[in-house]
Amino acid sequence: MSGIPHDHYEPKTKPEQWLHRRLPVVGLLYDTLMIPTPKNLNWMWIWGIVLVFCLVLQIVTGIILVMHYTPHVDHAFDSVEHIMRNVNAGWAIRYAHQNGASLFFIAVYFHIFRGLFYGSYKAPREITWIIGMLIYLLMMATAFMGYVLPWGQMSFWGATVITGLFGAIPFIGEALQTWLLGGPAVDNATLNRFFSLHYLLPFVIAGLVVVHIWAFHTTGNNNPTGVEVRRGSKEEAEKDTLPFWPYFVIKDLFALAVILAVFWAIVGFMPNYLGHPDNYIEANPLATPAHIVPEWYFLPFYAILRAFDGDVWIVMLSSWLTGGIVDAKFFGVIAMFGAIVVMALAPWLDTSRVRSGRYRPMFRWAFYVLIVDFVVLTWVGALPAEGIYPYIALVGSAYWFAYFLIILPLLGVIEKPLPQPATIEEDFNAAHPEAGETPKKAGASVPSPAE
Amino acid sequence: MAHTDEVNGDRRDFLYIATGGVGVVTAGAAVWPLVDQMNPSADVQALSSIRVDVSGVAEGTQISVLFLGKPIFIRRRTQAEIEAARAVEVDDLPDGDARNANAEGEPAIDANRALDEAGEWLVMQGVCTHLGCVPLGDGAGDFGGWFCPCHGSHYDTAGRIRRGPAPTNLPIPVATFVEDGIIQLG
Repeated sequence: MSGIPHDHYEPKTKPEQWLHRRLPVVGLLYDTLMIPTPKNLNWMWIWGIVLVFCLVLQIVTGIILVMHYTPHVDHAFDSVEHIMRNVNAGWAIRYAHQNGASLFFIAVYFHIFRGLFYGSYKAPREITWIIGMLIYLLMMATAFMGYVLPWGQMSFWGATVITGLFGAIPFIGEALQTWLLGGPAVDNATLNRFFSLHYLLPFVIAGLVVVHIWAFHTTGNNNPTGVEVRRGSKEEAEKDTLPFWPYFVIKDLFALAVILAVFWAIVGFMPNYLGHPDNYIEANPLATPAHIVPEWYFLPFYAILRAFDGDVWIVMLSSWLTGGIVDAKFFGVIAMFGAIVVMALAPWLDTSRVRSGRYRPMFRWAFYVLIVDFVVLTWVGALPAEGIYPYIALVGSAYWFAYFLIILPLLGVIEKPLPQPATIEEDFNAAHPEAGETPKKAGASVPSPAE
Repeated sequence: MAHTDEVNGDRRDFLYIATGGVGVVTAGAAVWPLVDQMNPSADVQALSSIRVDVSGVAEGTQISVLFLGKPIFIRRRTQAEIEAARAVEVDDLPDGDARNANAEGEPAIDANRALDEAGEWLVMQGVCTHLGCVPLGDGAGDFGGWFCPCHGSHYDTAGRIRRGPAPTNLPIPVATFVEDGIIQLG
């Protein structure tokens, strides 16, 4: 299955051979676990394991919470309080689930930006990238619907605002919104369908995770140099790689333990730090909270949604060109989804053949600005749309699109990349002179071929 | 032979298309209920008309009722409020449309906003036309009507937008007095 030559599973005992002839499942697990992995992976390659952990944590705690939760507008809020006060360890399980969502998104953002910096999205890993983006979209849908279930004020009004986005679509918007809600406004029908889908989607994500792993096991992992593992022979490949078990499993578990120490401290000591107090007030369709804010992990895209109001020239232009069909509200919705679409298209927008940002002096700066941009958008998304903030959000949104639509295509043409190491082994030995038989200096690296 | 083949080919093409067509129709018929079940159910649709007893509403006060999942303000206005609303010129209003489901496309004069001839009753949806918050009532805001705390939209005593980001007047739902003290919404 894997393109990198390595030893495959050989059933030795009689029962193993008996099973292997009928169902080669042990072989499949063996090859997955022993996959040759580039030995120069750094600490940014740990987020995959953290994400798998999060998915399992959310599914396990979620299944438990459903045993005590009542999906009905009259009982949902009370049943969550019942979980918090009466169910044995219910508070711990709910806080783990609630903060687990935040850990999930922290990990996915590190994971995505890791991929963006080291060019993990580039050929031949486009499918891995696209599936990852689908998983990310499903994560957002799942998290949004999960946030509605406690039926607090933020649940209700968040659902009202977000489903209102679909109402902004011309012609079909209103019918679509009614169809999504199951009525003229957020109500019991909405709560029930969100509950059903919130339970379903994590399993769809789990399925996509398998395909995601399958895809990058076929192409092999990317690595910090972006240089491919040599595949000429098993010996050659072994110089560039180490088996996933035990080397990377142990490393990843160590990183996970460090992250979980922080995570459980938050769950135990400050479980509501990332939440909103308004969500401990039961949903009331007659009173709006003074300031509706989504959960932190949606803030960058919420900022982009709000940035394009009727005073921005590009909004006025599109409104004029389309005869008012694309108004400010719809434009904001397009911008928000577009922000994710341009990211998903990165494999085709980036024209540089050099994968890793390590060897791309100009790209690097553009990337660091993108990180700052993301943080600024998160910050400005939480603030009221007054004063200077809408302008900051607009500049931030403009850079987000410029990065993917202008900078990435252009840099491949104008940038002169630095020399890359010829092999992963060379890069590894340069970083660990004590490990290699013949320590080489960084200067021994070979310039990159034709750009 | 070639001729026969051609005929067979036509027959086969027809069978392919016919089978495919029937398959698509069947699949569509099977999927449609799965999609349509998410539309409003019969009991939700049945609530599209309600009757509200307003006999207990004193002059200068208002009640909020939930209709189709959204708050409806029913206010019994004072003489001063009615006069204030009637003194405004339509040209001074940001939104010149009455936004009244009972009087489509009429100008936003107070007579086209109030429910009764005397202008005592004002019935409207209590949802800010900006981003859907519920405005505060009982003389709030700079125009003595309603004020939205979210982004500072001011509505006058006839629920018309006067200042702030909201684009239109508060919409008026289909409403009538069916008997003394009973308003039917929808």
